Amino acid sequence: MRNLFKIAIRNLLRYKRRTLLTASLITIGVIFVLVFISISGSFKNMMVGQITDSMLGHLQIHKRGYVASIDNLPLNLNLKPNAMKKVEGVLQTIPEIESFSPRIKFGGLFSNFTETTNIRLNGVLPEKEFKTVPLMPSRITAGKKTLQPGEILIPDLLSKGMGVKPGDTVVVVATNQDGSVNGKQFIISGVLEGVTGPGGRDGYIHLNDAVEVLRMEEVEISEVAIRLKDFGKLEKVNAEISNLLSGEVTKQGKPAFEVHTWEKLSPFYNIATMIDLMTFFIKLMLIAVVLISIMNVMIMSVYERVREIGTIAAIGTLPGKILSMFVVEGFCLGLIGIITGNIFGMAIVFILKLAKITFAFGRQEGLILIPTVNVGDLLVISAIVIAVSVIASLQPAYKASRMEPIKALRSV
Amino acid sequence: MGLIVSENLQKDYQAGEVTVRALKGVSFNIEPASFVSFVGPSGSGKTTLLNLIGCLDKPTGGSLKIGEADVSALDRKQGASFRGKNIGFIFQDFNLMPVLTVYENIEYPLLMVQEVPVKEREKRILNLLQAVGMLEQKDKYPDQISGGQKQRVAVARALVTNPMLVLADEPTANLDHSTAYRVIELMKKMRDEFKTTFIFSTHDQKIVGEAEIIYTLEDGELTGKQVKGGGKNA
Ligand SMILES: Nc1ncnc2c1ncn2[C@@H]1O[C@H](COP(=O)(O)OP(=O)(O)OP(=O)(O)O)[C@@H](O)[C@H]1O
Ligand SMILES: [Mg+2]
Repeated sequence: MRNLFKIAIRNLLRYKRRTLLTASLITIGVIFVLVFISISGSFKNMMVGQITDSMLGHLQIHKRGYVASIDNLPLNLNLKPNAMKKVEGVLQTIPEIESFSPRIKFGGLFSNFTETTNIRLNGVLPEKEFKTVPLMPSRITAGKKTLQPGEILIPDLLSKGMGVKPGDTVVVVATNQDGSVNGKQFIISGVLEGVTGPGGRDGYIHLNDAVEVLRMEEVEISEVAIRLKDFGKLEKVNAEISNLLSGEVTKQGKPAFEVHTWEKLSPFYNIATMIDLMTFFIKLMLIAVVLISIMNVMIMSVYERVREIGTIAAIGTLPGKILSMFVVEGFCLGLIGIITGNIFGMAIVFILKLAKITFAFGRQEGLILIPTVNVGDLLVISAIVIAVSVIASLQPAYKASRMEPIKALRSV
Repeated sequence: MGLIVSENLQKDYQAGEVTVRALKGVSFNIEPASFVSFVGPSGSGKTTLLNLIGCLDKPTGGSLKIGEADVSALDRKQGASFRGKNIGFIFQDFNLMPVLTVYENIEYPLLMVQEVPVKEREKRILNLLQAVGMLEQKDKYPDQISGGQKQRVAVARALVTNPMLVLADEPTANLDHSTAYRVIELMKKMRDEFKTTFIFSTHDQKIVGEAEIIYTLEDGELTGKQVKGGGKNA
């Protein structure tokens, strides 16, 4: 085996320029893919992170049918205490869950005593909410980064539009399920930066205040946002929760709950999918580059070395050995390309990281791009290049192994 | 019993519509440790015959045995492995691997054709390098040595597997006369030392004189056998 590699490497060095050209082509392809994957990956992660960590959470549970009419924030599709107990019971048994936060969502009127406008509000338990969507405090651009009963966090558009600031007193008026209207005074504790996507312009009050404004006799929850310890386990936990809750049915025999991952709740899932698709096509292009360049070189190599092949075949080298000689040569060429590609690609990614390139996402500006190459991607790309190199050399190598020694020896 | 026994050996080539009878029933018997030459004009069938003996091609008719084995019906893989075990080749154009040094060229069959342990390998190669007088050039590449030296290396490569037979089709055609003469002398010396049968073909009348048994081929037929010196082959 060592000998096969020695011969392969020497033959590659024999045509230095050609080897260099082909290896550089593969190197450039690998660099391109690595840089693209790391940048798009970091962009995607940041985007997903922004969405899930600043308002959505990783998963949400509602009463069945809620999401379909989520734009109306229907109060008649809330989870009653019994149902909520079930949900809490289930969530507490799943160790992968970091935290969850019950929310009461409703629409109302917001008044600064001179003007009135619409507002969408979430009644939350601040401690649980901040744990479940940890980027929330960073969205508070003015005022305190906390929320006490009697206080309200308002979206910045509202703050500007109504000319109110932290410390001001405002009134929230809402109609409850039975149609009775109730109002309550709040002190603005902070202003929330808006985020792109549904729910990105909501205000927040304490859960108990929401119960009071809506004159609920018992606490009814609109949605439960869930955060996982490991985002990678999303599908698994989703399946587990859905499975554990599927036993619960309504009187009509329909499932009582619905569980959604962030993907189903945010339109940005499509963008994330698009990025994945683009990554896939870039990889496909890399495969084409490697396949064609290696095959080209190996066909040339076999063609140029017909007499050598005739010689080694005549002195008794078995066809399988001849085949492996050429396959190893293609393998080595791919290996050189992938090693240099990985080194340069990682260097470029590192430089990009140091450059602290910023970009804007939605209304959030100054997000710093943190491109990273993960080992998994590196291994997958390397494996692809190696495998394609071997596959590309197979046909020329097979041709070499099938040559008739006398014919091959006669050729000039 | 001869090492190589050929009876009524025939070979036809199909060149389009025409069938060329390159060998028209050739019979001979070559004893072990002989030093044999096939001579004849161009197109007489020397290469064709050597290709058959070397198991590089299959006869159209007749029988051919090498060391008791019927080699007229070997398939491609069997042929390769028979050659690797039993036959050494020396080519007109030397055919050394350009990417391997002198030492590595001789080592090649021991690594890629047979699997010989390191110690034994080294012993045989150094011994042969010494015998063919190329020990000092062992780390040079083929393009750094002369034609005569290349053919010496090729002789060593052919012998390193301890074959029972070495075949050389026009081994001296690309060498000047005195170099050619020395290569043939070397082959003879190797025969004496290793008791390997050598069969070569040539045009060169002066070189032919060095063979102990000379077969003359004409138009695909054996027309003469000349035994010189006698004695060496029992
Ligand atoms: N592959 C082939 N196809 C058709 N005819 C062939 C083929 N090889 C050899 N011949 C013919 O067979 C005959 C014998 O050829 P061969 O090469 O054995 O002669 P040779 O004695 O080696 O000649 P030279 O001294 O020129 O090398 C010639 O008539 C040649 O034209
Ligand atoms: Mg010939």
